[in-house]
Amino acid sequence: MIAELGHYALALALCIAVVQSTVPLYGAARRDDILMSLARPAASAQFLAILVAYGALTHGYVTSDFSILNVAQNSHSLKPVLYKISGVWGNHEGSMVLWVLILALFGFAVAAFGNNLPASLRARVLAVQGMIGVGFIGFILLTSNPFERLIPAPLDGRDLNPLLQDPGLAFHPPMLYLGYVGFSMAFSFAVAALIEGRVDPAWARWVRPWTLAAWTALTGGIALGSWWAYYELGWGGWWYWDPVENASFMPWLAGTALLHSAIVVEKRDALKSWTILLAIITFGLSLMGTFLVRSGVLTSVHAFAVDPERGLYILGLMTLAVGGALILFAMRAPSMKLGGMFQPISREGGLVMNNLLLSVATATVFIGTLYPLFLDATTGEKVSVGPPFFNAAFVPVMMPLVLLVAIGPMLAWKRGDLPGAMARLWTAAILSIAAAAFVWSLQNDVAFGPIIGFAFAGWLAGGSITEWAERIALFRVPLSTSLSRAAGLPRSAHGMTLAHLGLAIFICGAVADSFWRQEVVVNAKPGESVSIAGFELTLDRIERAQGPNYRTETAHLSVTRDGAPVTTLTPERRFYPVQQMPTTEAAIHSTFLADLYAAIGEGGDRQGWTVRVWHNPLVPWIWVGCLVMVIGGLVSLSDRRLRVGAPKRRASATPTAQAAGAD
Amino acid sequence: MTPKRRRLSIVLIGLVMLGTAAALVLTAFEDNLVFFFSPTDLQTKQISPDQRIRIGGLVEEGSWKKSEDGLVSTFRVTDLDNVIPVTYKGVLPDLFREGQGVVAEGRFAQGRFSASEVLAKHDETYMPKEVADALKKSGKWHGDEKSGGEKQ
Repeated sequence: MIAELGHYALALALCIAVVQSTVPLYGAARRDDILMSLARPAASAQFLAILVAYGALTHGYVTSDFSILNVAQNSHSLKPVLYKISGVWGNHEGSMVLWVLILALFGFAVAAFGNNLPASLRARVLAVQGMIGVGFIGFILLTSNPFERLIPAPLDGRDLNPLLQDPGLAFHPPMLYLGYVGFSMAFSFAVAALIEGRVDPAWARWVRPWTLAAWTALTGGIALGSWWAYYELGWGGWWYWDPVENASFMPWLAGTALLHSAIVVEKRDALKSWTILLAIITFGLSLMGTFLVRSGVLTSVHAFAVDPERGLYILGLMTLAVGGALILFAMRAPSMKLGGMFQPISREGGLVMNNLLLSVATATVFIGTLYPLFLDATTGEKVSVGPPFFNAAFVPVMMPLVLLVAIGPMLAWKRGDLPGAMARLWTAAILSIAAAAFVWSLQNDVAFGPIIGFAFAGWLAGGSITEWAERIALFRVPLSTSLSRAAGLPRSAHGMTLAHLGLAIFICGAVADSFWRQEVVVNAKPGESVSIAGFELTLDRIERAQGPNYRTETAHLSVTRDGAPVTTLTPERRFYPVQQMPTTEAAIHSTFLADLYAAIGEGGDRQGWTVRVWHNPLVPWIWVGCLVMVIGGLVSLSDRRLRVGAPKRRASATPTAQAAGAD
Repeated sequence: MTPKRRRLSIVLIGLVMLGTAAALVLTAFEDNLVFFFSPTDLQTKQISPDQRIRIGGLVEEGSWKKSEDGLVSTFRVTDLDNVIPVTYKGVLPDLFREGQGVVAEGRFAQGRFSASEVLAKHDETYMPKEVADALKKSGKWHGDEKSGGEKQ
């Protein structure tokens, strides 16, 4: 009964979305206030209906109602409650319901907080948001009904894929979807602005927080996914340039570009057409990410059971949304007024370079990811493009960007002073050389990769700190004055410094791990040992035990360094009988400087056990770097001037609004 | 600088970057494209032992053996027309089974494939697209029950 209620609520949401996407649009064209005002209640009602549907599905999972096909196939009565709740989005149908729930939530947020938006813009934004809703709710109802009944109901379910029964992955999809779907706001605002035929700083001030929120969530989502792959899969690595990973990375790159170009629109009223184009592309890439993951057209190590027909529907939706928006763009963009002027060497110029480099980087990832598909379709030849390609094509594009990230914020708006900025960056240069020299001294034989990598990271960190220190006049005025200046800085300035610092920390981790990782695979019987990077690991014993819904074999590896005990690692090998599936639970001893990572393979008392050990230097810095970026995003989001609903359109022309912000 | 010239210079810088990136991408492609072959392809095509390739098919039933120390695995990959013997040193993925689809990367020499990597998957019912296509090509494809076409 509750499942039918959920199904009905979803159908109702579709009807509401149809109304939401048409009537307000017509009303805005006719300047009819009553028709336009329909948008807000419709958005709220749509959200409520989807919330009911989502609640109904969750109820099915929590109460283990196996008469629902989706629950029977993806849940089990013995599964812990957390994974019953997260199991809702651990499968295709449920994850799409979560997708539209978040979509509707964003629409609801505009309806609830959009008091300051002009009525026609608000009506149009909500209408576009409604159209995306129609597409995806229709997709669920037509191809992926999560409420389908299974009669007679089985006694128990088939359980959730054990790899997904993990806290890291429980929260990875919602974060990722918050990011993907969050970019739908930028898209809706862009399309609405194209219909309106005008873009002004107030528009950008609305788009920026939404983009920032989406970007922050996507950063966190990708980092969580990567962290999960690292500790759960037992492969010792954290990024494989796999199509599914790239699918989430491309919208991140484009979204990062959008985040920066929106600043130029807001502060200087320039780059308007470009920003709109970027908003369309970013959301297009998010849709493509959904398509790539759902269709299985590319062979991925992270692929779950997929259905090509469903992929085709999403491909159709994507073509319609992006194609339609681009046609609208081609029609309207030429009529947009050119905005503020600037010299090539200026903050704007720097941000333009940032955008160009990020776009080119997105393009290289795009080509590398989709080329196999293209070649298969045209010649029938099957190829794969792996990490060596991306290291050779993507990394060189990012290097000048990292150099620029330190310089850009030192330049003034409109007309910057490059020699002056470089002179102020002497601290960054010193830090960069020091980092390079330190790495040089660590190495026995000279390899230039890590030296260059750390020099870049040092430069970026030094530049970010210098810029921040200059703003608060650190060491030039008494410390108390500096502190009160720091308190007076806009939060978005702190956010920027943090995000750039996070990038520098991340680069250190990524460079160190890709150049210095060590791996040893041995076959060991109890009592035998293996040594790596100065550590000695001895296999003491193997213990067998029974978990709530699995059996497990745990290896006890005692770790010593120069004879002194360090820790005991307990990697596990689990077997989930319901799904007939073994999984590897890695054990990681993490210090701030390195991870000692152990996993065990199949084995037995007679032939011994396969033990795989990695020494991964600075890997924790990768997660710390991402975390600092996310914190930077959150700090920036808490900026009073960016707070949702705070900006008034009229304030755009006043000098205070021009002077404020990250300049 | 007039708006027109500014726009022109931005476009020019953009073009230069795209050109550089295109050159990077092309050279990277030249060295790093890994082609996929089915066991039948390997019978007919000449492949240099230096070339990194991927192969795929089903792990033949009863063909999987492990060395004494458990570190080296040998098995045969089949598209149900032809088979290739494969040697792999390392830990096989959790979901590696006889009778199931597999994709391996490595080098092919003297009729034997030495894999440096066997691709893992997260899901029982997932079948790599290349493997499905290779089986279709050899005419031994029976329905979609394993391709993940099954209704969830």
